Amino acid sequence: MVSRMSMYLEMLRIRFLMMLAYRTNYYSGILIYSINIGAYYFLWQAIYGGQESIQDLSIVQMTTYVAIAWMARAFYFNNIDREIAQEIQEGKVAVEMIRPYNYLGMKTMQGLGEGLFRLLFFSVPGMVIVWLVFPISFSNDLSIWGLFFISLMFSFIVNTQINLITGILTFFLLYNTGLIRAKRVVIDLFSGLLLPISFYPMWAQDIMTFLPFQAISYIPSMIFTEGFTGGEVYSALLLQLMWSVILFVPITLLWMSARRRLIVQGG
Amino acid sequence: MFYVSIFFQYASQYMKTRLQYRSDLVVELFSDFLFQAVNLIFILVVFGHTTLLSGWSQEEIIFIYGFFLVPYAIFSSFFNIWDFNDRYIVKGEMDRVLTRPIHSLFQIIIERMELESMFGVITGIAIMFYAGSQLGLTISWYDPFMFLLMVAGGSLIYAGIFIILASISFWSDSRTDIMPMMYNIGNYGRYPVDIYNQVIRYVLTWILPFAFVGVYPAAFFLGRDEWYMYAFLTPVMGLIFISISVFAWNEGVKRYRGAGN
Repeated sequence: MVSRMSMYLEMLRIRFLMMLAYRTNYYSGILIYSINIGAYYFLWQAIYGGQESIQDLSIVQMTTYVAIAWMARAFYFNNIDREIAQEIQEGKVAVEMIRPYNYLGMKTMQGLGEGLFRLLFFSVPGMVIVWLVFPISFSNDLSIWGLFFISLMFSFIVNTQINLITGILTFFLLYNTGLIRAKRVVIDLFSGLLLPISFYPMWAQDIMTFLPFQAISYIPSMIFTEGFTGGEVYSALLLQLMWSVILFVPITLLWMSARRRLIVQGG
Repeated sequence: MFYVSIFFQYASQYMKTRLQYRSDLVVELFSDFLFQAVNLIFILVVFGHTTLLSGWSQEEIIFIYGFFLVPYAIFSSFFNIWDFNDRYIVKGEMDRVLTRPIHSLFQIIIERMELESMFGVITGIAIMFYAGSQLGLTISWYDPFMFLLMVAGGSLIYAGIFIILASISFWSDSRTDIMPMMYNIGNYGRYPVDIYNQVIRYVLTWILPFAFVGVYPAAFFLGRDEWYMYAFLTPVMGLIFISISVFAWNEGVKRYRGAGN
């Protein structure tokens, strides 16, 4: 058990070091992210016009929301769905399956390694730069920060689970770029990255409560901006926990049947 | 002539491969459509909370978006070079491309085309007609010609920017994540540039001139004459950027040394 644990930690470490080798490129990335957040800032200012607040979010909260949503995305975002799809198409997955570790576990660890790297070398310095340029409010309540990081961990889990499902579906579709793209669009929209869920009309919000996507971006961002208060925070965290448990079911089922119908497309 | 026939041969090969995986093609068309819908939804939701965006109405913003979709569709059908560095430099595919009897950039364009993205042209025109009729716009005899000119300019600007970015790979083959983010920045040209501050407006006009793919040319059709000067610059900017990019590409190819063995 201990050695297994250390094996997965090693996978995480290797991916982290791999990313570290390319770190200079991330400085340009920070600049681009900042421009991105800046443009959104002006767009939202124009949208607010003279209004004090929209849906209980002030313009400062909204700016903070945009900034934290994009910086958090650097942590939870990964391309393991595309990596899995590629390994399936190239036939590498057959070899991976006979290795003494869980393939999906390995992919998750690699995603986490990437995410932690970006959190430390991208999001943190990026957030400082954005904070210097734009009016952003950080909570000075330490418990908010703690709850935010718990929530962020769940966004990683839920997003990774969705990526795993998308990746495994390559076994059945054989060619998967369309689905991967569709998934990305759906997540951008329904996760709350582009727009806080509370801005949508009621009927749309009702539909979205039955989908796992708001666990990815909306919940951590709302906790960070203190758009959620008191009991709302805990029920939101509970929702995230619920989804990360539920999503294990389709992953397990898909993985079991995928192993049975492995088709290697050349390679 | 040779180039034209090569192009059509590649296009027909492409159709065959895509039709092989039909279910994926359907999902992909659907995802493109979804992508276009997402931006429309963004506009609609935002205008649920405000009536004007610094003097521009919802229909005008929708019209700009419709226009943007057309050059964007042409760009994304033919210029899938966002992963050029990974696919061609790091993996050494560029060696193969250089042995081909046509210009290396053209070879990559026809290899990587995604013709199904052309559906965006239809969506874009449909959105423009919808918004235009809401606004009561009329079509003059010269509008279709202006439209073609503006679309050509916009597509060339998009292509130029991405080719320049891809050319950087010839000088430095390390991975950058600039390309995916550039797609995001491209979106800001869809909103009236007067909402941004001076710096961003300047960047979107002269450095990464995405405003010429959205708001400036669309302003012409919307009859917003304060922007006419910029609107007429669209094809000029397109020519300038594509020329710079082809120059940068050719210079880069001269420097190309291959990636290891």
